[in-house]
Amino acid sequence: MEEAIEILQNGSYAKVLGGGHSLVPALKLRLNAPETLVDVTRIESLKGIAIEDGTLVIGAANTHHEIATSADVHNTLSFLAKGASAIGDVQVRNKGTIGGSIAHADPSADWPALLLAADASIVIQGADGTKTVAAQDFFTGFFSTILEESDIITQIRIPIPPEGTKSTYQKFVQPASRFAIVGCAAVKEPSGATRVAFAGVSDYAFRDEAVESASSSGASAEEAASKAAEGVSIMSDHYASEDYRKHLAKVYARRALVEVS
Amino acid sequence: MSNKYIGKAVKRVEDKRFITGKGKYTDDMILPGQTYAYIIRSPYAHAKIKSIDISQALTAEGVVAVFTGDDIAQSGINGVPAGWQVNFKNGDIMKEPPHPLLVGTGSTVKHVGDAVAVVIAESKEIAADAAELVEIDYEVFDAVVNPADAVKDGAPLVHESAPNNIAFDWEIGNPKAEVDEAIANSHHVTSLEFVNQRMVPNPIEPRSAIGLYEPSSDRYTLYTSTQNPHLIRLLMCAFVLGIPEHKVRVVGPDVGGGFGSKIFHYTEEALVTWCSKQIERPVKWTSERSEAFITDAHGRDHVTHAEMGFDKDGNVTALRIKTFANLGAYLSTFAPAVPTYLHGTLLQGLYTTPKIHLDMTCAFTHTNAVDAYRGAGRPEATYLLERLMDLAAHEMGVDPVELRLKNFIPPFDGVNQPGYQTQVALQYDSGNYHEVLRRGVAMLGYEEFRKAQAEAAQSNKLLGVGFSTYIEACGIAPSAVVGALGARAGLYEVGQVRVQPTGKVSVYTGAHSHGQGHETTFAQVVADKLGIPLEDVEIHHGDTETVAFGMGTYGSRSLAVGGSAIVKSLEKIIEKGAKIAAHKLEANVDDLTFADGKYTVNGTDKSVAFGDVALTAYVPHNYPAGLEPGLDFSSFYDPANFTYPYGCHIAVVEVDKETGKVSLKRFIAVDDVGNVINPMIVDGQIHGGLAQGIGQALLEGAIFDENGQLINGSYMDYCMPRADDLPMFELDRTETPCPHNPLGVKGAGEAGCIGSTPAVVNAVLDALWSGGFGHVKDILMPTTPERVWRAMNS
Ligand SMILES: Cc1cc2nc3c(=O)[nH]c(=O)nc-3n(C[C@H](O)[C@H](O)[C@H](O)COP(=O)(O)OP(=O)(O)OC[C@H]3O[C@@H](n4cnc5c(N)ncnc54)[C@H](O)[C@@H]3O)c2cc1C
Repeated sequence: MEEAIEILQNGSYAKVLGGGHSLVPALKLRLNAPETLVDVTRIESLKGIAIEDGTLVIGAANTHHEIATSADVHNTLSFLAKGASAIGDVQVRNKGTIGGSIAHADPSADWPALLLAADASIVIQGADGTKTVAAQDFFTGFFSTILEESDIITQIRIPIPPEGTKSTYQKFVQPASRFAIVGCAAVKEPSGATRVAFAGVSDYAFRDEAVESASSSGASAEEAASKAAEGVSIMSDHYASEDYRKHLAKVYARRALVEVS
Repeated sequence: MSNKYIGKAVKRVEDKRFITGKGKYTDDMILPGQTYAYIIRSPYAHAKIKSIDISQALTAEGVVAVFTGDDIAQSGINGVPAGWQVNFKNGDIMKEPPHPLLVGTGSTVKHVGDAVAVVIAESKEIAADAAELVEIDYEVFDAVVNPADAVKDGAPLVHESAPNNIAFDWEIGNPKAEVDEAIANSHHVTSLEFVNQRMVPNPIEPRSAIGLYEPSSDRYTLYTSTQNPHLIRLLMCAFVLGIPEHKVRVVGPDVGGGFGSKIFHYTEEALVTWCSKQIERPVKWTSERSEAFITDAHGRDHVTHAEMGFDKDGNVTALRIKTFANLGAYLSTFAPAVPTYLHGTLLQGLYTTPKIHLDMTCAFTHTNAVDAYRGAGRPEATYLLERLMDLAAHEMGVDPVELRLKNFIPPFDGVNQPGYQTQVALQYDSGNYHEVLRRGVAMLGYEEFRKAQAEAAQSNKLLGVGFSTYIEACGIAPSAVVGALGARAGLYEVGQVRVQPTGKVSVYTGAHSHGQGHETTFAQVVADKLGIPLEDVEIHHGDTETVAFGMGTYGSRSLAVGGSAIVKSLEKIIEKGAKIAAHKLEANVDDLTFADGKYTVNGTDKSVAFGDVALTAYVPHNYPAGLEPGLDFSSFYDPANFTYPYGCHIAVVEVDKETGKVSLKRFIAVDDVGNVINPMIVDGQIHGGLAQGIGQALLEGAIFDENGQLINGSYMDYCMPRADDLPMFELDRTETPCPHNPLGVKGAGEAGCIGSTPAVVNAVLDALWSGGFGHVKDILMPTTPERVWRAMNS
């Protein structure tokens, strides 16, 4: 770990390498040309999944597959396993890591929405030591986060919700890449408190407060979902234009809320 | 003759090397002294090259040479020609502007990916790095990408020599006035404007070529991932580089799929060959995937308006079509033939339509070339006819199955009943079209389906069924016929059978296998005809040095034409063998029967095995007087007609009313490909074809923006069908032998791709019609969720 941080800080253009499923294509297309790659996937402290004092702790270098098949994840926050198993295809899940995914912050990636709905925190080690940041504050825009060049994500920490909490992840896939055109993560606690986050809809994953407050205060799934994706800028591409995507967000919010009600 | 192998699902002998990663593809070859070419390509669809500065790249370490279009032009090379000539309606020859190997200074690039310069270096990486040092100054112009727009006045011109971007116009069928009249007098006319979108072939192995020039013998070898090495040699030698053919060897080793896109002679093949002469070292080029998207010839790309007339009883009275076909920026090898002779001639379909007219305009656009892609012209014909049929049934309120049965050509076997003469030049060989549709409908369980559909119509998940019945012209092709239609080559095939002294057999075929399993199917035929074990037969293909000649593999021709050439040679072998056997048995040739691998004197138990005959042929100590030693024959087979596989495809889909997402629930295919040599291989070919045809209907399609940029040129954006997009296919077949070739085979390579596309789109529309969206006439392919949703919400 120390060596990794040192290389990242020593001045030459170095980049962290996770599973390589986003970075390596960029290198091949000559969109990026670092002089050094620092492969963090074999750093022991970045591996492993465990439950510590009511918190699910996932090492940043765990692959999507490892998370999808972890008993600890299934037993505590099964929607994360469901979300992980809906990422890409087998090859991607076997190589891609949770840390790499959130560092990359692709607007259509699944982890950011999943972690927002899970109210997760992200542990980052950098030049000035270690800090823990709420997922809410981590994503800042289109492919951008608060990470500095020499930061390494080490852990994701997720509070285990109270008994009786229901959660789900509903995903409408882009058929070629299998990224999310719309991904909706929803968590409803027994108190009724609801968290709803979207992937694929806007420049970056976001929690939809209008839907959350409607649902938390007892609105029907239909009613709460009708408020989805209002007042945010909505992406458009040849698979889904703006109005269609917005429509899908509402459909998927309803489906997700029905699941957790 | 024996019956051990023909008709049996013999496991593919080639699969061992493919599945274990031991295949030998062009890019696997590393020749001594090999260099690597990186081709610099235009990022613009239409631009003039003002200047190219290669000085920096030339001095980079590890760079061997850099060539531009000016170097090529100086050596007097014109560019790559088309292999087929089609004339304008008025008889003028089509416009055939040269396709340069590299576009030179002062000239214009005509599509994104057009080649501008080549950097040759000690490694791929050095070449790619040095390419970034080449400075090219472009003046960018407007581009046109759609064939219907391209022909409008004022559209940006691709070639000065082709006004309005028209490569040629063309027509086929009955006189236009007669068709106009028949349409005008029809009781009902179904009219549809639609697009058959542009497809990227995407073979799993990207194209690759190695040029090798050997100064010691002044000979060239080109290794290339091609479907037809002999045709590449012919075109490259005679029309591009001007090298005598006997000085050139072309090898198409293991090739990882083609789907048509590797039939053509590409500029890169001539370029590496030329470069290797300049630097006197081997030069390898291998396409990257993104490069393949913008340089492989694409398929389909028609913009069509079609009308089908009916009388009051539902009989088709006439078919009138206006189509604009996109040929891309340059004429690729078969491009002129695809929208014309491979398309217009199939517009009879399976129906007795008395009047047909196609008016075709083929346009240049600022996109890469469009040429044959699995099915080539025939899927476009089938899509048009079958969409019209289901739509007409919907509009007239009749059943789509009944409407087809009513209009089908009656059964004929081509032996006792004559072949069927169409209005569009062809004569069908044999068929029972009613039977394939009846079987398909029985497999579907039509009545129960309609009940389930009616129930689903009340829910958010609509159900739909789509029908498609198709015919194709395969076994390409009688040389005299295609010659009269403008082909610049004959389309016969060559088969040589060399019996070795020990009785083992080496077969040399001009057909080329790149996934079709020839090494197995052809060996099954040879082993049974000679009554020897399959292991005693080896099939060789793909090398102009070992195979006398050939026209390659495409148009489902390999077994029908290539297999027939082998059969002709086998007959000669058996006949000569009989003379040797008669001598050994001291019997009369006429008293011998050849069966199960031995010649037997009729009515006796005196016999001699084929292996003994072979040995005697090569050790002719005690031998018939006047007979030549050896047992080795080569034959050319020129087919008497095309072959006409046909079938019925039925799709069942579910449409999510809220999202528009289509799920394919069932797919039924009843095909007739004539006699079947290996049912497993035929099923495999059908499966692959279905996946591609369904892919076109639901998932695939190249998208160019108005500047000519391919915006989905990667697998993150261009959606290839995957196993989990498809249901288990339900297959059946009938076997109506082809009456005019010795094996009775018709061809199976394209059938799946030809019939399936309209079945799926028809099913999507049927689902919508059942759900109260009866006004929807068309949804553009691929029928993405958004397009289906919009159709329901417009
Ligand atoms: C075909 C395909 C389909 C895909 N489908 C999906 C999908 O459906 N859903 C989805 O969410 N994603 C999908 N992905 C993306 C996939 O999940 C990637 O693996 C992921 O986005 C990046 O993770 P990685 O470990 O591969 O990171 P890398 O590619 O190695 O790195 C990505 C970025 O993260 C940085 N980085 C990596 N690890 C760390 C770390 N520990 N700390 C700090 N920075 C780090 C790197 O420097 C780089 O900038 C797909 C990818 C492919 C190729």
